[in-house]
Amino acid sequence: MDSRRILVTGLSTFWGGRLARALERDDAIETIIGVDVHDPSVELDRTEYVRVYNQHALIRRIVVAAEIDTVIDTRLAVDSTVAPPRLAHENNVIGTMNILAACTGPDSPVRKIVMKSSAHYYGCERDDPAFFTEQMSRPHPPRTPIERDIVEAESAVGDFADKHPGVTVCVLRFANTLGPGLRTSHTRLFALPAVPCILGFDPRYQFIHEEDIVGCLEHAARHDLAGVFNAAADGVLALSEVADLLGKPLAPVLPPWGTGLVAAPLRRVGLRFPSELLNQLRYGRGMDNRKLKATGYDYRYTSREAVQQLAKQLRLAPILRDASEPYRYEQEVEEFLRYSPSVRRGER
Amino acid sequence: MGDERRVMAREAAEEVREEAEGGRLPEASRREPLDVEDLREHLPGIEPDRQVSDWGRSERVEGILDRTLVDFLYHYWFRVSVEGLDGVPDDSGALLVSNHSGALPPDATMIAKAIKEEHRRPRPVHITVEHFFKGYPGFAMLLPKIGAVPAHPANVHRLLYDERQLVLVFPEGRKGTEKLYKDRYRLRRFGRGGFVAAAMRAQVPIVPVCVVGAEEAQPIFAHLRLLQRLTGLIYVPVTPSFPLLGPAGMLGYLPAKFVIRFLEPIATDQWGPEPWEDAGLVQTVAEKVRDLIQRNLLDMLAKRSSVWMG
Repeated sequence: MDSRRILVTGLSTFWGGRLARALERDDAIETIIGVDVHDPSVELDRTEYVRVYNQHALIRRIVVAAEIDTVIDTRLAVDSTVAPPRLAHENNVIGTMNILAACTGPDSPVRKIVMKSSAHYYGCERDDPAFFTEQMSRPHPPRTPIERDIVEAESAVGDFADKHPGVTVCVLRFANTLGPGLRTSHTRLFALPAVPCILGFDPRYQFIHEEDIVGCLEHAARHDLAGVFNAAADGVLALSEVADLLGKPLAPVLPPWGTGLVAAPLRRVGLRFPSELLNQLRYGRGMDNRKLKATGYDYRYTSREAVQQLAKQLRLAPILRDASEPYRYEQEVEEFLRYSPSVRRGER
Repeated sequence: MGDERRVMAREAAEEVREEAEGGRLPEASRREPLDVEDLREHLPGIEPDRQVSDWGRSERVEGILDRTLVDFLYHYWFRVSVEGLDGVPDDSGALLVSNHSGALPPDATMIAKAIKEEHRRPRPVHITVEHFFKGYPGFAMLLPKIGAVPAHPANVHRLLYDERQLVLVFPEGRKGTEKLYKDRYRLRRFGRGGFVAAAMRAQVPIVPVCVVGAEEAQPIFAHLRLLQRLTGLIYVPVTPSFPLLGPAGMLGYLPAKFVIRFLEPIATDQWGPEPWEDAGLVQTVAEKVRDLIQRNLLDMLAKRSSVWMG
C-alpha cells in the first residue's frame, strides 16, 4: 500500500519535524498533516500544522476529514529529563491510547500506523542477551517510570494490531540517538569534559544517528512493515571506546554500590543522570538490527560514525554557538505562504 | 592480574542456561510471524579501525594478557600438551564442551590458548561465563575484553550459528569448580542438556574436550561456608595458598602438567529436523557426551605416571 495522506503526531518534536520535511520532498505524498500542542520547530513547506492536544475525538475528526491513510506517531517521550513523570505518562500512555482510538471505527480510513518506540522497552539488566531481537520480551518488569510507559504504550499498540488485522502496524524500537541537531541525556553527558561512568563497568552501547531515525521512519512510511523492528546502527561500542572517539577520559564518578544515592546529589550540580540511564551505564545494551536491514533499509552511519559525528559537532559547538537564528513558527506567515493567492508556487 | 578473574568466571555457566530455558526463553511474540529468512548476510560489517568487537572483546587487552601471563602459564607453568586438535573445525562454528575444575579454573584459558597456539588455523574462542559476573565491578569491565560472553542461549546461538565462531561451555558449571579434591575427575551432572539443544539449533558439531591437570593445579580441600555467606560470593574455598596467603592466594596454581584432549566432533544434524524439541534425545546426547569425556579422562589418568611431569 502506498501512503499518500499522512498524519504525523508530535510534529514539534525533533523527529516529527524532520520526518515531515523529508516526506515533503516526495511528490507522491499528497497531504502531510502534523498535530501537536507546541509549534513546529523546523520550517515546513507544505505540511499543515494543527494545534491539538491528544484528544481522540478531535484527532479522529481530522483523520476522517482528511482521509488519512497513514499515521506516524513520533510523539513518545523516551528521556525522563524532558518531562516530569506524570506528564510523560500522560503523553506516552494516554496519548498513545488516544491516537489509536482516533484510528479505530468502521469508517476509519487509516491503513497503516507507524510508532516510534525506544530500546528502553528492553531495559538493561544483568542477565540480558548481548543482542536483543524483536521476539524477546524483557526479562524483568520495568524499573523506571519511563520504561513502564513505553512497555504500556507498546502493549496498547500490540492490542490494536491484534484487533485490526487490516491495518499495518509497525513499531520501531530506536537505540540511543546521537546527532548534531539533538540534545539528549547522552549527548549532554558526552559534552562534559570527561565521560562519566560507573566505577568498574564498561557498558556496551549502540547508537543511531538522527538522520537514520528520520530515514527509518520514512522507510516505514514508504514500505509496509508489519511488526516490531529494532532500529540501531551497526556496531556496539564499549563506553571506553566512545570516550576514545570523543577524545575524552572516562571519569568513574559513580560508585558501583549506592549508585542512585550518589547520582541524586550530582543531579543538583548539573550532572543529570536520568534513572533509566543508570542501569544502562552499568549493564549496557545491544540490539540485533538485522530484521530492519532485511527489509531493505541501509543505515547511513554506524554507531562509531555517529559518535565521530558527535565529536566533530562538540568541537565546533563553542564556535558556532548562537550563530544561526532559530526558527520560529508564525501562524499568520505560514498561513499566508500556504493559502494566499498572491504567493506563487515558485517562491516557496 | 586479570587472568584469574577470567578463569574464575566460568562458574555455573550451565545454570544460567538452565534458568534461561526454564522461564525466560525469548518467547515468540504472538503478532509476529517467525522470520524464516536467513539473516546472516545482514550481520554488521567489520570496521577495520575498531579494536573492540561488538561483544566487547578487545584485541589490545587480550593481546597483552596473552603475551604475558597466559603465555607463561601455557608454556612453562602447566606445560600444556594437546591431542586431537584436528577435530576442531577451521572456519565453521563448533561448541566445545569440557570438564571444569579448579577454584579459579585455569582450564578455559588453556583450551583457548591451545587453539591459538596449536591449531592449523588459530581462532578465537568465546567462553561462556555466568551473567553473575556482569554485575561485579571490575569483572564486568574485564571479562568481555578477554573473550567471555554471558551464558545466554541467544548469545550462544548468535555466536555459533550467525557468526560461526567457537564457543566453549562447561556444562558442569560451578558444580565442577567447587568440587573437592577427593572428588577429582569425577564429572558432575551435565546441567539439563542446554548445551546440546544450543548446538542442535545452531547446526554445529559438539567437540568434547578433556582436561587433565586442572584438578591438581588448584585443589580444593574444604569450603568456608560462613565466610561464603558473609561475603555473598559463590564459594570460599580452602586451597594450598588460599586463604593462607590472603586474596592473592587465589592466584596460587601448582605446576601440574596439563594434557588437553579434543575428541572427535559429534554431528548434531544426524537426528532429523528440530531434534531440540525432543527432550529425551537432548538428554541422551548430553549423557553420551558426559560419558565420553569421563571415559577419556579415566584413560588419560591411567596413562599418566606423574601429576607434575605427565
